[in-house]
Amino acid sequence: MKSSNNIQFSRRSFLRTSALASGGMLVGFNLFNACKPDVKPPVDLSLLNYNDFNAFIKISDDGKVTIFSPNPEIGQGVKTSMPMLIAEELDVAWSDVHVAQGALDTKNFTRQVAGGSQSLRQGWEPLRQTGATARQMLVNAAAARWGVDASECTTKEGVIKNANGDELGYGEVVHEAAALEVPEDVKLKDPKDFTIIGKGQSNVDIDEIVTGKPLFGLDYKREGMQYVSVLRPPAFGQVLESFDDSSARSVNGVNDVIRFGDKIAVLANSTWSAMKGKKALKVEWKQDTKAESTEMHDKLLMDLLDGNKFETFRKDGDVNKAFAEADQILERTYESPFLPHNCMEPMNFFANVTTDKIELVGPIQTPARTASRIAGMLGRDESEITLEMTRMGGGFGRRLYGDFAMEAAEISHLAKKPVQVVFSREDDMAAGIYRPAIKYRIKAAVKEGKVSAYHLKEAAINSNMYGLIPNFFPAGAVANYQVDGANYKSNITTGAWRAPYTNFLASAEQSFFDELAELMEVDRIQLHLDLLQNVKGTTDERIQYSPERLEGVIKKVVEASNYGKSKEGVYQGFAVYYCHNTHVAEVADVVMDNGFPVVKKVTCVVDCGIVVNPLGAENQVVGGVIDGIGHAMYGELTFDDGEPQSNNFNSYQLIRMNQTPQVDVHFIQNNIAPTGLGEPTLPPVGGAISNAIYAATGKRLYKQPFINNLDLEQVIG
Amino acid sequence: MPTYQLKINGNTQTVQADSDTPLMWVLRDNLNLVGTKYGCGIAQCGTCTVHVDGVATRSCLLQVSQLQGMEITTIEGLSEHGTHPVQEAWKEIDVPQCGYCQAGQIMTAAAFLKTNKNPNASDIRTAMQGNICRCASYNSIEKAVMLAAKNS
Ligand code: FES
Ligand code: FES
Repeated sequence: MKSSNNIQFSRRSFLRTSALASGGMLVGFNLFNACKPDVKPPVDLSLLNYNDFNAFIKISDDGKVTIFSPNPEIGQGVKTSMPMLIAEELDVAWSDVHVAQGALDTKNFTRQVAGGSQSLRQGWEPLRQTGATARQMLVNAAAARWGVDASECTTKEGVIKNANGDELGYGEVVHEAAALEVPEDVKLKDPKDFTIIGKGQSNVDIDEIVTGKPLFGLDYKREGMQYVSVLRPPAFGQVLESFDDSSARSVNGVNDVIRFGDKIAVLANSTWSAMKGKKALKVEWKQDTKAESTEMHDKLLMDLLDGNKFETFRKDGDVNKAFAEADQILERTYESPFLPHNCMEPMNFFANVTTDKIELVGPIQTPARTASRIAGMLGRDESEITLEMTRMGGGFGRRLYGDFAMEAAEISHLAKKPVQVVFSREDDMAAGIYRPAIKYRIKAAVKEGKVSAYHLKEAAINSNMYGLIPNFFPAGAVANYQVDGANYKSNITTGAWRAPYTNFLASAEQSFFDELAELMEVDRIQLHLDLLQNVKGTTDERIQYSPERLEGVIKKVVEASNYGKSKEGVYQGFAVYYCHNTHVAEVADVVMDNGFPVVKKVTCVVDCGIVVNPLGAENQVVGGVIDGIGHAMYGELTFDDGEPQSNNFNSYQLIRMNQTPQVDVHFIQNNIAPTGLGEPTLPPVGGAISNAIYAATGKRLYKQPFINNLDLEQVIG
Repeated sequence: MPTYQLKINGNTQTVQADSDTPLMWVLRDNLNLVGTKYGCGIAQCGTCTVHVDGVATRSCLLQVSQLQGMEITTIEGLSEHGTHPVQEAWKEIDVPQCGYCQAGQIMTAAAFLKTNKNPNASDIRTAMQGNICRCASYNSIEKAVMLAAKNS
């Protein structure tokens, strides 16, 4: 895989400057796109909009730097790490940089999606280019004033120096700099000279978070705003037949009750009144499409695996021939349930739809797409919409879907009032867009001590893995290789969930390899290293992972975890995986406590290229590992008669502190462009812990949540 | 609507609310003290934790009518400038990810450290288990509580 060092950017086309009327220089830039030919950034900060530029840097007369970035923050630390890239090349002290989350007009904003661990990866080059270009303009301005050559000048922490020892602060030359031509030939720093990238920086919102300042969607308020609680069909497949809102309307504080589609909105002066009003509604529902259940899904998915209605995503060689000629065959089926996202901050959104504009405020991962869908729904022009993103109390994929924002817009449109739609926890869990239930059947053939075939079949609710996943490991490592998928279309809404497509796949495959190694009587680590050997030097361009980098993380995790040499009573499980452009290996340590397996520690080695912000990176890695353990162990949403059987944390178990192992994180040091971190450490950990639990108990785990297969009490609350 | 006098962060506040309104919503909607978060409404997650007479309490199940004369402290009133040892430790360890649960975590930790000045890891894990962090920042929380204990 190539890093992106050789992509050419034309600075002139993606960056423009202006002198601010109030003093200071404003740099407007477009990530990944050229600016329109005649636009300039505004001369007044109150006129900042994101129509022509997707972020701005203001350099004040006092040398302080403010970055206006509308990139969403969902706990991936992007709001901290992206400005770090700019600040590094601009060469200012991090303490002089302030980040302001910009409101956002939706036009021309590229990659405004926080999800898929892509934000940092895609911004790596252009953000540094932006910082370097602004720095060069400041240097050019200082050089002109001194009458020296710009190449004789150096910068450090916001101060420009020339060969005579004269110094000028950035703030002193901002006006001249703003008027200069945008240079084309800026040089980026050598990674070894980084002073900000690679040094841990705290979350930029940390002071506000620890003092409880309003940051999140639910904290947003507006004069005259109505709090709205929405009653939605309690079961999938149901529609609204009739309702009586007389008791709801008599609840103190309730101002209005509005039906829209199959839902009913209760508008009130306070959240509590809205929630009480909703409870007071008397409603008749009608089952319109099938009332599905988990039992039915289990049977349907098994039937799909047993059947032959597959689409083939990748096929190398001839697996059937290899199975016919095999010395040994292993076939196993792995099962996983539906999962809700359970963001800590329930879904919510503010909307104020008036005749001349539409204001939207709230936590969303896909602002541009959502604004355009709202424009379509209300028959309005997108230029009438402004969308301001708040900090998000978790995303995990749920906030990619704008359903809650559309509800808010529709209700505000009908009520002609500013509204905030607030999901209760019950609404949030029961009106979800879930990770679908999935089953895998994996079959491998062994011939003369080598893996000769690998055949993976997937049966999923609603959608199969697609695109790149069939080209992940072990694709390319086994001559006869096939990936097939089949699905059942359900009326239960499903979608992306942290590390979509691989969150259960990696767990299944890595459990399978553990069992395969045992059958083959070879070392688990050696089996992987041997398979990777087959991929080295491959000419197959579809292969996504790097065998060398996988080998690197494997070797490191063996060393860091003392794999194979653990203390008496410590049982270890290994897993390795590549996804979201990042290579990860993990070893889980399990001990038996009163006859129960307890995960004590996970050693996690990550190759994500350059680690921009080690503090934030480590948080994400650890979070991904623990999240993965929590869901593999306890996560499960079942359905009966179309109705989700859990709707709050008394009936749905999330991992808690006393169940959490220590996670020991190691990053591979290299100078490769950074890749995703929010997701890739989650998928393999299910495999690592199931393999460790097997080592400890002799029991193979094929079905998530694992807690159901262990003779453990489910601990809730 | 009845009127209640509440002592919050050292000030007496007058609020009008139905008697069954949970303190959490009074804080958030009536008093605009939004640092106290809604997570579950059934005392399962801890995001709404405040101190009532110094004790960490879930404000989502506490009705406004039950609070006469009690001293209520919210995250906004834990310290004047965000310098309580627990807040300082949170900053030093850089605990928050999305940040939503953290006010509740901090309030639970601050009350806990008043009762146990020298906790070990297992005390901390037990004391904090009522607070869910969906981003799973538990390792950092454990470290930060330990650090706060050392520094207070
Ligand atoms: S909101 Fe009170 S404990 Fe969850
Ligand atoms: S930091 Fe996100 S829920 Fe705790």
